[in-house]
Amino acid sequence: MLGWELPPHNSGGLGVACYHMSKALALQGSTIDFVVPYAASHPEIQFMNVHSATNLSPLHQYGFGAYDSYDTKTQSQTSMIGQDLRSIQASYTDYVKTSVASKPDDHYDAIHAHDWLTMEAGMIAKQITGAPLVVHVHATEFDRAGSSFGNPLVHEIEEQGLLMADRIIAVSQITKNIIVHRYGIPAEDVEVVHNAIDTEELDGHVYDEATFKYLESLRDDGYTIVATITRFTVQKGLQHFMRAAARACEKYDRLVFLLAGDGEQRDELLRLSADLGIADKVFFTGFVRGKQWRDAFTVADIFVMSSVSEPFGLTALEAAYHDNALIITKQSGAGEVLNNVLRYDFWDTDRLADQLVSLANSKPLMDTLKENAAKEYRHISWHVVATKCLDLYTSVSRRVAA
Amino acid sequence: MSTATQAVVLYLHVHQPLRIKPYSVFDIANDHTYFDSHESDMDNKAIMEKVAEKSYRPMNALLEKMLHTHPNFKLSLSITGTFLEQAERWAPDVVDSFKRLVDTGKVEIVAETYHHSLAFFFSKKEFEAQVRQHQQKIQDVFGVTPRVFRNTELAYNDELAQWADEAGYKAILAEGWEPVLGWRSPHYVYQPPNTKHIKLLMKNYKLSDDVAFRFSNKAWAEFPLHAQTYTDWISRALDGGPLMNLFMDYETFGEHQWSDTGIFEFYEDFIGKWLADENHTFYTVSEAADSAEPSDVVSSPDILTWADAERDLTAWTGNSMQQEALRHLYALENSIIHSGDDALIADWRTLQTSDHAYYMCTKWFSDGDVHAYFSPYDSPYDAFLYFMNAVRDLRYRSMPSSQIGETHG
Repeated sequence: MLGWELPPHNSGGLGVACYHMSKALALQGSTIDFVVPYAASHPEIQFMNVHSATNLSPLHQYGFGAYDSYDTKTQSQTSMIGQDLRSIQASYTDYVKTSVASKPDDHYDAIHAHDWLTMEAGMIAKQITGAPLVVHVHATEFDRAGSSFGNPLVHEIEEQGLLMADRIIAVSQITKNIIVHRYGIPAEDVEVVHNAIDTEELDGHVYDEATFKYLESLRDDGYTIVATITRFTVQKGLQHFMRAAARACEKYDRLVFLLAGDGEQRDELLRLSADLGIADKVFFTGFVRGKQWRDAFTVADIFVMSSVSEPFGLTALEAAYHDNALIITKQSGAGEVLNNVLRYDFWDTDRLADQLVSLANSKPLMDTLKENAAKEYRHISWHVVATKCLDLYTSVSRRVAA
Repeated sequence: MSTATQAVVLYLHVHQPLRIKPYSVFDIANDHTYFDSHESDMDNKAIMEKVAEKSYRPMNALLEKMLHTHPNFKLSLSITGTFLEQAERWAPDVVDSFKRLVDTGKVEIVAETYHHSLAFFFSKKEFEAQVRQHQQKIQDVFGVTPRVFRNTELAYNDELAQWADEAGYKAILAEGWEPVLGWRSPHYVYQPPNTKHIKLLMKNYKLSDDVAFRFSNKAWAEFPLHAQTYTDWISRALDGGPLMNLFMDYETFGEHQWSDTGIFEFYEDFIGKWLADENHTFYTVSEAADSAEPSDVVSSPDILTWADAERDLTAWTGNSMQQEALRHLYALENSIIHSGDDALIADWRTLQTSDHAYYMCTKWFSDGDVHAYFSPYDSPYDAFLYFMNAVRDLRYRSMPSSQIGETHG
């Protein structure tokens, strides 16, 4: 398994998905070697072997670039960060190459590579071991770049990886469509396997009212708390969200917005909240994890996923688990597994504003959405994902052998 | 003309803000202390101790020496309440040394707001309360009552001058900015429009800033500046006029211009060289006001400050974050004042200190370098976040929880 991050050294959903998928696979009997690009011990991970490809320390906050589109940054940053990332990637690929070459007797049933950062390593491992390559697409460069084109080099690596793969897993139909239409891959080579949620891991947390004490006092006063928990990047559509928030407040005043997370857009979002005259209604927490992360979901009444392009969006399932009513853009894959949500196009700030005001003013609507979304997430499990992966490994092995 | 007395009116402003610590969403309603940080950039105690060592102690020692050496050396100081509180806690010897200066009878204390605020432009009532509080503090510490007024950042307009006139001040200080002065020179006493008695003293910014901003700048064509050159410049600039108003931050000496730039030696030398001519002297601001009748009426309907190329308030209120921050802060006035809670009122007033808004300034490109130097925060956005969170906590403290929503947002 070739990945780029695992909790707690993750900055988003990629690490979470890799962790739970691997755990469910291991529980179904798989033996997994998982390679990460940094050096850190993962004492809590007993179910697989975690290998460090470099001596670099994990960067907690922004991860190792798994989510960034370098095209969106200024030129000087592009060359600087881009080169850093490329050199880490090169070390990662070298490590994988050396490891598999030095143990010719080890047998792998499949090489499972996650996203473009590990695709080059995946291709080399396939070449050396002869094992089938499964490329798992959590996001493409089109998603990361928001509405712009993105980095051509990344597109090229993605295209090569997709062409070389024996089988492709897409985390949603939205992602499959991008792979088919924009990379020209035959639809039959791409399987949609939606992400899931591990509720056992989330159970047992006791909400602490003191974490967001001020928001709780506003709630006592009749306010509705709208949250989003995400990276502040162009992909997440937060500027549209902020404009919708301001429009909603014009119609209905008792709304507050909790923006949990951090990222390159934080400063402009802060400025925008002030420009729109709603600075006092928007709460910026900074990067959250652990207790603060869980409490951020719990304090919220409504969770908004405002992404311009979201291959899946695990936080939507996590929000459903935490009893939030959900509003999700039509451009988010999580909407394919949750039906009891409100939807809007990421650019349609009027519609989002309407939905926010309607929900805040209709307890029956709010309660119905919460209850029904809760019923839906309960049927979604990583064990189903693992079973699908195992079936897929078996079928590609057979095909490669034949 | 050359036999008439010419006076340097040296006025130094003494202030340290209480910087807000990194105060997060999670602190709101849980932690009511905003100013007690141990992070070095925001640690008010550490900063006071540092500046006391670099500036207040050596400069007061120099001033004391000069006051004893030269019978005609005099100066004026404005000292904020926010400064005095911190100095009393962490550098009490500095307060004593200021007392010794005032006790010479040749150092005049100037009136202002206790908290170094811009309250005049947001709430007259609050502004007056802070001026009274400052007056009381100055009386308590120094046993004197100020007679001349200066507003925070030298922020001035006709309306303020009229207020100061009615309040009985004999003079008020402002920037000697050409668009306001017109053809006039800043070296004379003026009168603000629609006032009865008050006089207007205007800063010669060129010669003030030569010391305050440019003294140690190696890229400056006049570097290094010698006391004789500076004295000659003053004589030439006065061109027979009576008053050279040199107004600047006290911390110029030792903090903005470090000791190793030679700033202390330069100033000592300058004082001696200026007084070497028997027609030359120093005046306090009151003496300057009393020295002549107004030459003319000078009007500034718009707000004039001593900051930046624009000489306006944009460094404090120019961007939307600053406007939002101050709007929400001042919106709490009634509930905070009526709470009768002294600690709460003090915290609210401390958040009015203009430095907090200054740290949110985003005018990076023309004047930003100066702003960056004076900010303890990583960015203006961080300053804004911490401030807004502190305002929310103030709101939480100021009213029963069932009413927070009434004033939120």
